[in-house]
Amino acid sequence: MKRHLLSASDLTLEDAVLILDTAEELAKLVDGPVKKLPTLRGRTVVNLFYEDSTRTRISFEAAAKRLSADVINFTAKGSSVSKGESLKDTALTLQAMGADAVIVRHSASGAAHQLAASGWIAGSVINAGDGTHEHPSQALLDAYTMRRHLRDGKGDLAGVRVTIVGDVLHSRVARSNVLLLATLGADVTLVAPPTLIPYGVEQWPCQISYDLDKVLPRTDALMMLRVQGERMNNAFFPSTREYSRGYGLDDKRVAALSSKAIVMHPGPMNRGLEISAGAADGLRSVIVEQVANGVSVRMAILYLLLGGASIEEVSS
Amino acid sequence: MDAALREVLDSGDINRALSRIAHEILEKNKGVTDLVLLGIPTRGAHLAERLAKAIESIEGVSIPVGTIDVTLHRDDLRSRPARALLPTVIPVSGIDGKRVVLVDDVLFSGRTIRAALDAMGELGRPAQVQLAVLVDRGHRDLPIRADYVGKNLPTSLKEHVRVSITEIDGNDSVSISGTPGGSE
Repeated sequence: MKRHLLSASDLTLEDAVLILDTAEELAKLVDGPVKKLPTLRGRTVVNLFYEDSTRTRISFEAAAKRLSADVINFTAKGSSVSKGESLKDTALTLQAMGADAVIVRHSASGAAHQLAASGWIAGSVINAGDGTHEHPSQALLDAYTMRRHLRDGKGDLAGVRVTIVGDVLHSRVARSNVLLLATLGADVTLVAPPTLIPYGVEQWPCQISYDLDKVLPRTDALMMLRVQGERMNNAFFPSTREYSRGYGLDDKRVAALSSKAIVMHPGPMNRGLEISAGAADGLRSVIVEQVANGVSVRMAILYLLLGGASIEEVSS
Repeated sequence: MDAALREVLDSGDINRALSRIAHEILEKNKGVTDLVLLGIPTRGAHLAERLAKAIESIEGVSIPVGTIDVTLHRDDLRSRPARALLPTVIPVSGIDGKRVVLVDDVLFSGRTIRAALDAMGELGRPAQVQLAVLVDRGHRDLPIRADYVGKNLPTSLKEHVRVSITEIDGNDSVSISGTPGGSE
């Protein structure tokens, strides 16, 4: 394993499968009577969140605490960031406090890379979402969820047909998923209105379609993306009703899925826009399970990055 | 390295040792009541399966077998890069109030067994814990001893004990490499 987790493309097939296998074993322990493991006792994990988050922050916090790490939560609101402190000064402060890992979410794409490459922080940097760039831990928990349902929790995802639908342009989840799923051998199709497909997408390891109904019967895992209103400074589609009609998941489209297909959403959901309440709460939906799986996967990430010797400790 | 490999137990020796241990377990526990075997992956897990089979062929009763991974409880985690986890499978009957026999291939420093005892503490409270090992090579760091030993193997710290079992390595044998008491 590498020292940081910045991009899903950093992971080799072996790395990715190791994380998923480790998560599988940890899930078995945590689902059983063991609620806390001593593995990261004495290590400090900082949640450095410049952007709002519910699931990711709580999930990383729960994961770190179940491994007995100390957790410091930092949110931009109510900190010196609102007085104008730079990322660098905040990072140096965290370093001075002895953070072994910094989990960072930032609205600027590349913030996690900056933090890792600058040498401001000696510990591991884990990207928990940087702008519209990447969100690798979400991709890992999505892959984990797919593997559990479609591959009995073993091996890679070779041949699994994944369809990712919606606001790909603003989605770090989509980019990380495409990269990771390609590494794991899945066939990924992106479906979105042409205005919500990013430039350069033809170089991504996936197919593009503009017709959801055509792709649905050939889908094993259907991932609906949130329409990211807060990042839309432009008109990308005529109306929300028209978006829903073309790219929203309703009961009729759920019925068009094959019998074993699963419905996923990284959350938070816009019910009634990209996904109907019936589809979100239906039998096919694994959306709540994704959240539970997030804790196991993040435990695996923290264990593999922090549980062993650091690079300095091995070389000394 | 292989030139200096000396076989100390062959497959027949291993089978006889396991079948003796099976009898000893039954003798000491006066039967199979509340008996649970927990193997420490990877080789200990297979040895536990074999012991369970041996016990079944003697008593005609099958006993619960599981595995317990100790990785997360090791005290030397920070001396090496993070290791992959191995499966922990606790029998459905659980370990609370049971007589648990831990099974491992080699007993050396005793640190693995300490970690296993910690790991077990998280999973339940056995009435009693016993330890069965195929080879005891000495050099304990901790006050731990085995209740059942396949073979006591006096070794020097320079030597390396290698246990091969059919399920993983394709053959059954225990060998020592390196020279006793000598330098590299």
